[in-house]
Order: sequence, then C-alpha cells, then structure tokens
Amino acid sequence: MFELLGIPPQALFGQLLLGLINGAFYAMLSLGLAVIFGMLNVINFTHGAQYMMGAFAAWLLLGLLDVPFWAALVIAPIIVGLFGIVLEKLMLKRIYHLDHLYGFLLTFGLALVIEGLFQWKWGSSGAPYPNPIPGGFNLGFMFLPTYRAFVVVAALVICLATWYGIERTKLGAYLRAATENPTLVRAFGINVPRLITLTYGLGVALAALAGVLAAPIQQVSALMGVNLVLVVFAVVVIGGMGSIMGSIVTGFGLGLVEGLTKVFYPPASNTVIFVVMALVLLVKPAGLFGQTK
Amino acid sequence: MAETLLKVAGLQAWYGESHILHGVDFEIRRGELVTLLGRNGAGKTTTLRSIMGILGKRTGSIAFDGKETIGMQSDHIARLGIAYCPEERGIFSSLNVDENLRLPPVVKPGGLSIEEIYKLFPNLLERRHSQGTKLSGGEQQMLAIGRILRTGATLLLLDEPTEGLAPVIVQRIGEIIRQLKSRGFTILLVEQNFHFAATVADRHYVMEDGRVIDTVASSDVQQSIGKLQTYLGV
Repeated sequence: MFELLGIPPQALFGQLLLGLINGAFYAMLSLGLAVIFGMLNVINFTHGAQYMMGAFAAWLLLGLLDVPFWAALVIAPIIVGLFGIVLEKLMLKRIYHLDHLYGFLLTFGLALVIEGLFQWKWGSSGAPYPNPIPGGFNLGFMFLPTYRAFVVVAALVICLATWYGIERTKLGAYLRAATENPTLVRAFGINVPRLITLTYGLGVALAALAGVLAAPIQQVSALMGVNLVLVVFAVVVIGGMGSIMGSIVTGFGLGLVEGLTKVFYPPASNTVIFVVMALVLLVKPAGLFGQTK
Repeated sequence: MAETLLKVAGLQAWYGESHILHGVDFEIRRGELVTLLGRNGAGKTTTLRSIMGILGKRTGSIAFDGKETIGMQSDHIARLGIAYCPEERGIFSSLNVDENLRLPPVVKPGGLSIEEIYKLFPNLLERRHSQGTKLSGGEQQMLAIGRILRTGATLLLLDEPTEGLAPVIVQRIGEIIRQLKSRGFTILLVEQNFHFAATVADRHYVMEDGRVIDTVASSDVQQSIGKLQTYLGV
C-alpha cells in the first residue's frame, strides 16, 4: 500500500473524514452564530448549550415518546427554536442598545445556567443515541460509515439552503437590509422587531439541528457544547463576523485543517484553529470574508 | 378644494434630552406639493422623521387621512401609505440596485410598477445588478426616490433630494417630482435650495427654531422674495 509523506492512507483519509465531519458541525453552528450576530449584534454564547439542547431533545423524544431520529430532526429544532424565541422576547431584546459586553455576559451566563440544569438533572457522563443508518462503504483505502457521510451531505445542504435563503430571497433581503439600517427598514413598513425574533429563533434552531445530527456520533451529554462554542466562535471570527459564506467555507476548511494537523502534528490539533485565527486577524482584521464597517 | 391629507398640530419632538420641535402646525391637502423651508437646524428633517415615527419622543397630533398616528410605530405608519426618502438616501450596500428597488413592501394598490420606475430612471435599469452604494450620488438619489414609488404610498416625504448634486441632475429631479405630482402623489419636500423649491411647490412653509413661522403660496413668491431671503439667510 502506498504512503503519503510517511503516513498510511487509512490514517490520512480517516482523519480527513473526521475533519470534514467536525467541519460540518463547525459550519452549521458558525452559520447560526453569524446570522444572529449580523442581525442582533449579539455574540450568542448560548449557542453551544442550544446545540446540546437539540441533542437532548432528540434523545428525550426517543426515550420518552419513541419518536424516531428522522422525526426528531424536524421536531427538536422547532422546540429549541421556540425556546430561543422566548429567550429573545424575555431577555435579549432588552440589551440590544447596550455594549457588546452585555450580550456576551447575558448569553454566557445563560449557557452556564442551562448546562448546569441539564447536568444536575441528567449528570455529565452522557448517554448513547442509536445510529439511525448503520453500515458503511468500503472505499478500498478506507471505510466510510453511512451515517457520517449523511451528516456531511446534510450539513452541506443545510448550509447552502441557509445561504440561498439569506442571499437570494425577499426575506433574506429584508434581513440584510435590516442588518445595515433597521430604522429605515422599519420605516418602509417591515416589522423589524419580529424579524429579529425570528432570526434568533432560526439561528437557535440551526444549532439544535446540528445537535440532533451530532447525537448518534457523540454521547448526548450536558457539556457537549461547552468546548465547541469556543471553536465555533473562532470560525466566525476567521470567516468574518456576520458573513454567511465565510462561516460555511471557514467551518469546513478549518475542520479539514484540524484533521490534517492530527495526522502530521497531533499535539497542535487543539490549538491550530486559534493559531489560524490569530494569523488571520493580523493580516485581515475583518476576517477572510468580512467587510470592514 | 381637495381634502386635507396630513394635518400636523402642536407637534413637539425630542432627540434624547434635546427639545427640537416646539409646536409645529401645518397641513397638506391631497395632491399638493408642499415644501418645508428653513435654515440648518430649523427642525425640517426632524419634522419628517416625526411624521414617519422614527423619533423617540414626540407629542401633539399628526393625523394622516383622518387617522391619528402620533402613538404609532413607524412600520404601522408606513402601512397607512406614507413613504420616506431620507436625506442620507439610505441605499443598502448589501443589496444590488434591483433588490434596493424591490425592498419596500407594497402597502397599497396604485403604486408604480418596476417597469414604470425603470422607465422613469433608465440609468437604474442599466445598473440594476450593481451594488446599490456603487452608484453615483445622483443615481443613488433616483434609487432612493424610485423605491418608494412602488409601495402605493400616497404621501411622499422627500428630504433634500437635491443636496450635493450637479445642476443637471437637480433639474432632472425637479422634472421627476413634477411628474409625480401630476400622477396624483402628495409630496412634502424639505429643501435648502429655495430656487429649486420655488419651481415645483404649491406652497412653502417656513420653519425656524422648531416652529412653522410663515406660509407663502407659490403665486406670492415673487412679492415675498425679500422676506424669504431674510428667513433663509441667503
């Protein structure tokens, strides 16, 4: 069997696949974060907790009501998205006029409370979720589990659909315009506060959808989103705050970079994304796809 | 005489702690073109923003088509049929020309179609795929006016549409405003450029220190020219 730079192909492609899957989650989560930041000017540090809630919602739906994975894929994001809407109406909308720091403190505090409550109720050891499509393909140089291939394709479809919705539809045009000048958009007759609430609900639902997709791969646990939100925040910064395409490309790209680092220099794999973030900020402070305001 | 479309009475308005309008009174009848004249800081733009409901605190009365709007949010006011073209034009950089044009929702029947708007502003048709803010100042102004014609609004609030534009463009905008009036739009125009305003308006309200201090009918402009020049400091 051939080797590439002394690395066996199974190891290389295995890590690349893992990188692609991680990238798929980075992309989906950073997309929601970018949509929310663009419209609300709030960095939603509750995102990791909402991702975890999506996974938990699917797990509880299965355990308590016998709801299958495919139905949970629709129901769980709706439930968690509605929770997001309540959160926005009750708390977030009170801080829009304040400095970014208040949004950070509120959403970070909420994440701690939510994760603490889940940990208190269900512990932190995690619970397994059955794989809805077991099996896989032998590609000769590696084994590709069907469900993981599905996750990558599903993430791509979700990301592109979100991009299309924002960049190519009327509602997306309202959203982009309201991001620039909410007062004028409202003076055109558009209910901007409702648009903001729905945007937050949509961003949160995207996080929950990623959580449902993650449930069969990872253990469903109260702390599954804690570290992820830091990486995803770095992805958003690298892609350019608020940039949709930036989030998608950077999410997948950084997943692959991380995978490759695991192959060639494993000790750096946990920090490589933050090193990339520092380098990008030095060269392009607005991020790879961001526009300087 | 046509019925009153907009009646502003005792309007007071504040920007934060600053008290800007101190009791503005005027009215516009359906189909009229009326200007608010005055020096910088007289309260003209604030009056438009108050009518549109995009100012924090205002008191008094603003009745549009017999309906009181003083307590309404700006999106509700827009849906009654009032459209606003701001002084800074407010073209969205993340939208192309066509998206900018189609952005304001149609609130009532009777607005111009996209084709009619492009016929009125052929430059915009040529540049419909360009980023909105990449247009020249004159084109951006035409886009800002064009996009509110689709909505079916009957009252147009135009804030200094000629500001900073070349004379030939000012002339073109004057022609367009006259065409809009002949199509039945009611227009409230804020202008610093009195010579421009005098050519298009039926009536002029002169503002000073947050109040309307005088009214001059278009037919009396020649006799009142000295007085107007004193008011406007020209």
